[in-house]
Formats: sequence, structure tokens, C-alpha cells
Amino acid sequence: MGTAREMPVNETASSVVSARRLGLTFETNDGPVHALSDVDLEVKRGDFVSFIGPSGCGKTTFLRVIADLEKATSGEITVNGMTPEEARKSRSYGYVFQAPALYPWRTIEKNVALPLEIMGYSKADRDGRIQRTLELVNLSGFGKKYPWQLSGGMQQRASIARALAFDADLLLMDEPFGALDEIVRDHLNEQLLKLWARTEKTICFVTHSIPEAVYLSTRIVVMSPRPGRVTDIIESTLPRERPLDIRETPEFLAIAHRVREGLRAGHSYEE
Amino acid sequence: MKLIRRSWQGALALLLCLAALPLLPLLGPDAATAAGNGVTVLIFALIVGAALVSFARLSAPILAAILFVGVYAAAWLLIGLLSGNEGHATSAFFPLIAASWLMAWRCVSALSAVETRSATTEALLRLLIPAIFGAWILILWEAVTRGAGVPFILLPPPSAIGERLASSVPILWADVRQTIFKAVLFGYIVGCAAGFVTAILADRIAFLRRGLLPIGNLASALPIVGVAPIMVMWFGFDWQSKAAVVIIMTFFPMLVNTVAGLSASGIMERDLMRSYASDYWQTLVKLRLPAAMPFIFNALKINSTLALIGAIVAEFFGTPIVGMGFRISTEIGRMNVDMVWAEIAVAALAGSVFYGLVSLGERITTFWHPSNRS
Repeated sequence: MGTAREMPVNETASSVVSARRLGLTFETNDGPVHALSDVDLEVKRGDFVSFIGPSGCGKTTFLRVIADLEKATSGEITVNGMTPEEARKSRSYGYVFQAPALYPWRTIEKNVALPLEIMGYSKADRDGRIQRTLELVNLSGFGKKYPWQLSGGMQQRASIARALAFDADLLLMDEPFGALDEIVRDHLNEQLLKLWARTEKTICFVTHSIPEAVYLSTRIVVMSPRPGRVTDIIESTLPRERPLDIRETPEFLAIAHRVREGLRAGHSYEE
Repeated sequence: MKLIRRSWQGALALLLCLAALPLLPLLGPDAATAAGNGVTVLIFALIVGAALVSFARLSAPILAAILFVGVYAAAWLLIGLLSGNEGHATSAFFPLIAASWLMAWRCVSALSAVETRSATTEALLRLLIPAIFGAWILILWEAVTRGAGVPFILLPPPSAIGERLASSVPILWADVRQTIFKAVLFGYIVGCAAGFVTAILADRIAFLRRGLLPIGNLASALPIVGVAPIMVMWFGFDWQSKAAVVIIMTFFPMLVNTVAGLSASGIMERDLMRSYASDYWQTLVKLRLPAAMPFIFNALKINSTLALIGAIVAEFFGTPIVGMGFRISTEIGRMNVDMVWAEIAVAALAGSVFYGLVSLGERITTFWHPSNRS
């Protein structure tokens, strides 16, 4: 695993995630599975990077390597100039899972307070942050409810608030809206963009929806399976301000087309 | 709308009354007092009246109220006939008891059908229906034991048990103090706490987890009856040896359930804690223990009944001259079966209160669990 010393100084300054020839092989009873192979990627501060590809392409695995929930078996990766483990221990990212994973015995407020309690924030500081982040995800007034009293979309928003409550400028999101219906998803996508603009966080976002990736991202990383690798990295030419109907412009459709081409080149449509 | 509705209990009750008619009188010829004609006619009138009313299309609360009054008056009169005439009831007596029981059934089903939006009525109904049900178990028990003259040694009527209970409150209270407040409570708290702490240690230390848990399963199969005399040898005749038996009985259910509960939290929830760089104890207190609560309360409930059984059985093997198990074993030897039943009733009541308190604690602590959500 790489260390900060090996990296050029000017690169660590603006680079939040930096991966070099990263590989991860799971040893299973049916032989080794190459989840990731030779992944090179730079994520710059303030980027919104989407990872797209069919299931099994390693996009979630890559996110979990950044989060130190999996260990890479080859290559180098740094997060905020540190090893992923150091980055995790210095609490430098917030992680949003596929499901809300809220604790049912805690109210929404208390769920948002969970990381703050663990990280030792003071009571007064906690209260202020809970209020601010719940406002940020439009859940003010629902703080006293229990998770099971809210809809799926609201629960996922609460889990985003929980990831935003502490001072991590990197947000890792693993198909956070995958389980929601399209209307709710559109709405949350729009809110997420506004939130990104207001908080100026760096976001890594895993999805399997082409429109979602194109609509949200400044960069789209197209991945392909067996072994999981990067086939294309697309810089978005869309403006940062994006109303929902931007998805019908020729520019948007051109980027979506390029993503689809990238997926096809990686044999993602073959089966 | 028709004016009558179907009531098979009513129909059957009428048939039973009809069957009882040729078998009159209600008491045999050698009974001390004969059943008066007035009383007999009144009993028939009450039961037949209730049966006929049950066909009428009345609102459920009114129907239930009429049946309630009629049925209990009939049962009261029937059992009243028996005083002094135990064992002299004729075969006309039992069809009438059965008929009034059927009408009580009808009454309960009318009450169950009552739809209410008020919470107090709802709560009242929830108490009233099982109370009627329970009362009828006692009425049937009383009528059969006294009507047919079942020997006292085999099964005393509930009224005799009740009398004995009321007249020996000081003895029963001393027994409860000895068995429940000393042996059961001490053993339960120490046994459950030890099981819980051991589970946490086993979770933390792999050596214990791999070594102790399989042995724990073996030890949980220990026959209590075999262990109790040894505990008496070790810890003496007083409550300490009974508490030791209770500790042995409650330790393993708690251990096994807590260990299972500690692995009940989901992978995603644990990854979340890992992403916060949460340490072992933070994860334990904020995630794994709350998630284990349904399992822990399961063990607490199982143990609440096990502890009572353990303490009572252990007293059979030697005890000072007080205690519920001691009383049961000595009074049965003296043929005081009513005292044994009184002791059983007290044990059942204490066990229910104990279980109820633990369940209440469970509802408060695990309100979030899908089975408790309101």
C-alpha cells in the first residue's frame, strides 16, 4: 500500500483519492476472483465522481477499498494523502450504504448523532450539527420520529444527514438511491446536487443508472467486469448548475451515449 | 333484516334443558336438603330465557349484559344447591351446568364482537373476556368436584382451596419470602448477570468462545434433580443451596442467548461503525447490545419460569421448615391437598407477576422491534 511520502507534493494537495495499478483478488473456494485489476484513478477536491458498470465490475469494491472496508491486494491507494486505514481512523469520509442502515432504537436525531457521539463531539455542538444537517436534507421536524415511521426516501436522506454531520470532506455513496422508485430518485438527485454545491464536498458515487451518473457527475468512471477494471473516464461538459430538464438536452444525451459506448467496449452488454 | 340470528349455543342449551327435564329432581333422594321447586323453576327460567335472548338481534353489549346476568345467576343457584349435598347431584344437574356454560360462551363471543374506538373500553374488554373465561373454569371445576363428590384427596373444589388460601396467608407469605425473595431472586439476578458477563467475555476472547460454549451446551443439559442434592451438600439447607440451583439453571440460557444476540446486528451496521473508527466497546454499547436486546429478554423470560421451578424442586431435597417446595412436599404427606393447591396457586400467581414484569421491561426496551411496534 502506498504512503504519502511516495507521492509528489503538488498532487496530494488537490488529490483526495489517488489509486495506482490497484488490484484486489478474493480467494474463494472456486479459485481466485479478480474484483479489481490495474485501476488508476485520481479524484480531485470538489469532484463529483460516479462509478458505473454492470454488477460484478468492482465499483462497490473500489469504494470499499477507499473506505478501508476491504484491503487491496496489489498496487497503491491514498486517501487524503494517507493510507485508507489512516484515513478511516482520522474519520476523513462519510459513507452512505445501499440501505439506510439506521438504528431502529434511535430516533432520526439520535441516528444523526451516532457518529458525533462516537467521535466525542460536545452535546451543544451535536445539537447544532443535527439541526443543520437535517435542514440540509429537508428533514427538519422529523428528528423525533423513529426510522420505521418514515418512508424509504426519507430514511435514505436521514442516512445522508448522518454521513454529513461530522467534518469529513469526502462523501462515499454506494448506490444510495438504488432501492427507491424513479420519482423519488429524481427528486433526491436534484437535492443531492444542491447539497454538493452548498457543502463543497468531494463525492464518490456508485450507481448502475446511466442518467443518474450523467446528471450528477463532473467525471464518470466506466467500469467493466471480470476482472473489474476502468474502461473509460469521461469529463462532463455540463454546467455545474443542472435543472432536471437538462437531461433532454443534446449535450446530456451525447455524454450518456459515450457512457453506453464505454460499457459496450468493456463487453458489459454481452452475456 | 331478520329479527333472529343463529345461535348454536342457544339451540344446544335449549336441547340440554329439555334433556334435563325427565331426569329431575336436581338432587338425589338421600340428599340432606331437597331442591325446592321454586329454585328449580327459576334455574330453568334463567337458562331458557338466556338461550332465547341469544337468538334475538340485539346489539352486542346489551346481549352480553343480559347473558352475563342470567348465566351467573343460574350458575350461582346451581352451585348453591350443592352446599351440604356434596356428591348427591343427579344427572339432571350436569346438563344444566353445561347449558349455562354454553350461554357464557355465547356471552364471551358477543363481547369479542364488540367494536369500540375508546381505549378504556378496549382495555376493559381485554380484561373482562379472559376473566369470564377463567371464572368458568373455576365454576365447572367446583360443580364437577362437588356435584359428583370427587374425593377431596384427588381434587379439592376451588372454594376449599380459596378458603385454605385465605386462612393461611401468614404461612404462605413466609414461604414466598423464603423461596421467591431469597432463593429465586438472588439466583436469578446472579445467574443472569453471570451468563451475560460470560457471553461478553466469550465474545471478546476467542479461547473462551471456542472452548466454553460447546461445554456450556453440555452443562445446560444437566438434570436439575441430580444437581439439587449436591448443592444442598455444598451450601447447606438454607436458601443458599436453592439459589445455587437457580444460578446453574439460569446461567446457560442467558449465555447462549446473549452470544446469539451479539451476532444479530447486520453486516452493514457493523461496517458503518467501522467507517466511524468506532472501538470495540463503543460498537458493543451503541450497536451490538441494543440489537441483542430481544435475545436477552428472551433469556430473561425463559429464566423467570426456570428459576421458580428450580427453587421449588430444590427444596424437596432438604430445607429449613419454610419454603414453597418444603410446604408442598410435607403437606402432601399429611394429605392436606388443599394446602398444596393453595401453594401451587401462589406459585402460579408469583410466576405470572414475575413473567409479566419481565415482559413489561421487554416492551419498554425493545419497542423498536417489528414485533412490538405500535
